[in-house]
Amino acid sequence: MAEAAREARQPTPPERAGFGRRVAGALVRRREASIFLVGIGLVLYFSLTTDAFFGKENARVIAEFSAPLMIIAAGQVMLLICGEIDLSVGNVFAFSSWIFYFANTDWGLPIWLAVIAGLISGSIVGLANGLITVIVGVPSFITTLGMIFVLNGITLNISDGFPVETPGGETFFKWFGGSAYSTFYWALGVIVLMAILLGRTRWGLHTIATGGNFVGASESGVNVRAVKIGNFVICSTLGALAGMIEATRITSIQPLQGGTQVMFYAVAAAVIGGTSLFGGSGTIIGAALGVVVLAILNLGFIIKGVSAFTFDLVLGSAIIISMALNVTLERFRQSGWLARVS
Amino acid sequence: MSEAPEATGAPPSGVPDAIRVEHIRKRFGAVTALEDVNLRLGQGEVLGLIGDNGAGKSTLVKILTGFHKPDGGTIHVFGEEVQLRSVTHARELGIDTVFQDLALVPGLTVFHNMFLNRELTHGIGPIRFLNNRVMKRRSREYLEDIGVRIPSMDSEVAQLSGGQRQAIAIARSTHSDARIILLDEPLAAMGAREGALIIELIQELKQRSDVSMIVIAHNYVHVLELCDRVNLLRNGRILLDKRTDETSVEELTAIVAAEYRLPKSA
Repeated sequence: MAEAAREARQPTPPERAGFGRRVAGALVRRREASIFLVGIGLVLYFSLTTDAFFGKENARVIAEFSAPLMIIAAGQVMLLICGEIDLSVGNVFAFSSWIFYFANTDWGLPIWLAVIAGLISGSIVGLANGLITVIVGVPSFITTLGMIFVLNGITLNISDGFPVETPGGETFFKWFGGSAYSTFYWALGVIVLMAILLGRTRWGLHTIATGGNFVGASESGVNVRAVKIGNFVICSTLGALAGMIEATRITSIQPLQGGTQVMFYAVAAAVIGGTSLFGGSGTIIGAALGVVVLAILNLGFIIKGVSAFTFDLVLGSAIIISMALNVTLERFRQSGWLARVS
Repeated sequence: MSEAPEATGAPPSGVPDAIRVEHIRKRFGAVTALEDVNLRLGQGEVLGLIGDNGAGKSTLVKILTGFHKPDGGTIHVFGEEVQLRSVTHARELGIDTVFQDLALVPGLTVFHNMFLNRELTHGIGPIRFLNNRVMKRRSREYLEDIGVRIPSMDSEVAQLSGGQRQAIAIARSTHSDARIILLDEPLAAMGAREGALIIELIQELKQRSDVSMIVIAHNYVHVLELCDRVNLLRNGRILLDKRTDETSVEELTAIVAAEYRLPKSA
């Protein structure tokens, strides 16, 4: 027994892994790297097979398509990591834009305070989602499924079902999504902040711990309920932000803006970017890259004249393949293969 | 067994008590989990707790961690009578439990697990960032100090073996200033090599003698190797209290076997 112990306690010398295995290991560990390569590959493919793809105008189209999705995906990743989901974030997108509109036009708030009112309306929806899920114990899938219809009903009621022009002066438009790339800069800002929150703060660590081992995290004293509720609030608030800057970019507020379409794109991007729906792991950068890959695919298919039906087919396959890859990689990790490579 | 004196559970004389439990009772509805338990854990002592499933081991441990409240009896921790209100309260008094699920987060690194919920941060005012460098260094130093070899502090716990995970869970308890650690079957489902790792770790911590431990175990060989003293719990009472150097696997087995026959003949 003592001999076995001595043997077990010898530090294992790091194995010199071959270049191929090291690259494979890095790709397995850093999902961001592999999704980045997929993006580069797609750009190359569409640039070589079409004349119209590579260019400044299209870069802007991709950036502006991506921006609101990136913001929503960033919040969704936090929730997915702690083991929950928010299906209603796409409806906050529209709802909060209308609150922003009424705050400025009816309640007479200055335009930036109206933005804050819009954000707060998103936070309140998130708080409701969080309390119903965590305190009452309704699964988040059901809570937020119900919230989709509740928000849609409210939005259609307060808007009378007709679009309005986005309020605000020239300076406001310039800074809040109206000028070229402006929505994308907001998205980049959100991505950087959220990546720091997830990767560099106690909140992020506790989010991972809550999703990775709920019982264990609470045994260690992590306030798992607060973590979940807080991430519901973060997710919905970001949904509100995304909705408002998009409303500024397209200069109108629509009753049916966003909706489940943007929510599902954001979840798809998160999954493609390496976030597991089982909770406990995920990356903000991966989700952002996942959004960009979806945007490239979308535009590339349009330029190649592939129909929207086919885009859905590819998107669906990408989600399933990504998830299958995730599950398989997890098995590799559990088997200790990675430990030997690194 | 009729000639056996009533077991009160006494550490060697002169050693102050870390925990003294007197006349603890606990019922769950119609089921009496603990009838009348008297148990003492000396400071720096490792006490083995044996007994078959349903004997009350888990209930006793959960009372000592503040998870269950006893129906009667008293608990003294380091000489002071306490009412353990919650797991957090017990931890504040220095009592920590390493449950079988270990409470580790598989997707987090070794050092993040070591510091879970006690993370070190740096920053300005309310804007705080994780101080990974210092947490990593302190984890490495501490684990090396107590003889636990983990290839890298950056490894995710998911990549480690069962023995390494158990070692980290125990090390986290002692590192977080726990003075009394309750180990729930630390050697269950572990190979010889892995088990040896944990046994050596517990012996290392024992030599430091500032930590007292109660180890729940099924394997008598392990109990004799690890513990200073062994208590046998049966039907909610401590039926045997012996120093491990005064007993043997054969004796423990015989006593337990006799205990099994006793209710039928009595």
